[in-house]
Amino acid sequence: MTQVKQDTPLVIAGKEYSSRLLVGSGKYKDNEETRLATEASGAEIVTVAIRRSNIGQNPDEPNLLEAIPPEKYTILPNTAGCYTAEDAVRTCKLARELLDGHDLVKLEVLGDEKTLFPDVIQTLKAAEELVKDDFKVMVYTSDDLLIAKELEAIGCVAVMPLAAPIGSGLGIRNPYNIRFIVEELKVPVLVDAGVGTASDAAVAMELGCDGVLMNTAIAAAQDPVLMASAMKKAIEAGREAYLAGRMPRKRYANASSPLDGTFF
Amino acid sequence: MDISVNGESRQVPDGYTAEQLVEAMGLTGKRIAMEVNQEIVPRSTYGSYTFNMGDKIEIVHAVGGG
Repeated sequence: MTQVKQDTPLVIAGKEYSSRLLVGSGKYKDNEETRLATEASGAEIVTVAIRRSNIGQNPDEPNLLEAIPPEKYTILPNTAGCYTAEDAVRTCKLARELLDGHDLVKLEVLGDEKTLFPDVIQTLKAAEELVKDDFKVMVYTSDDLLIAKELEAIGCVAVMPLAAPIGSGLGIRNPYNIRFIVEELKVPVLVDAGVGTASDAAVAMELGCDGVLMNTAIAAAQDPVLMASAMKKAIEAGREAYLAGRMPRKRYANASSPLDGTFF
Repeated sequence: MDISVNGESRQVPDGYTAEQLVEAMGLTGKRIAMEVNQEIVPRSTYGSYTFNMGDKIEIVHAVGGG
């Protein structure tokens, strides 16, 4: 077998992960589809949302955490739907209690319903409070370098800029901004939101991102399980291409076959 | 007395415990978390935690999300 250079693992808050693809658990048809797609993605970190347990709900209703058991996956509770630092902090505290003291959280504080763009002012405030309270914060933010650096300085364990609006599937809209953040930060940088298909995930990895977090690109595909498998390969391919270092771009052709020895 | 559970008002007797509420909701043994007036109530204390009139209780669980 040919020896291919081995990659180093992704390290988040001191824990090593071999997969650089993180997935959400929203928008699936049922728990079985969630389970199958999550498995096919090879992801080790899976996000969940925290919501009210309905009064009078069917007690036999299947629990999401049976499809993605915390013994098998690192569960990453999010603060989706929060528009204030206060609500985000409350949500994280409930999540920590729910998951027996597990302190890794995905912080997102939204600022606008139409774009779901993050409110970075509230995000900074919430990040500060959560870090003080010993949470390990993976933070969703805009692709603004200065805010990303500030979030790192506060003590977030990973910074996760958007590539395009949440659930839009528009792909990496500003690769240069993502690249600035990747180059300047020491903590892992993951693209979170905006990926639409496998090539988008590969582009994110080729830019040097440490990983990609996605949900809709898999869950809203015609065949989510197959797309999960495609994403797994795209993340690996993009990562290897980044490590390999791409050839320089040239404006004109450069023949691949020798010019010497032609007999015509 | 009146308490509020996940935004709905509920009549309960004095000395009503968190454990009794969880049982009444069919959530015993489920992976849930509870806060009362925005303070976390640890699961290990449900048996001894009694509500006061007007308490605002939230009981949550994990659902699919990105």
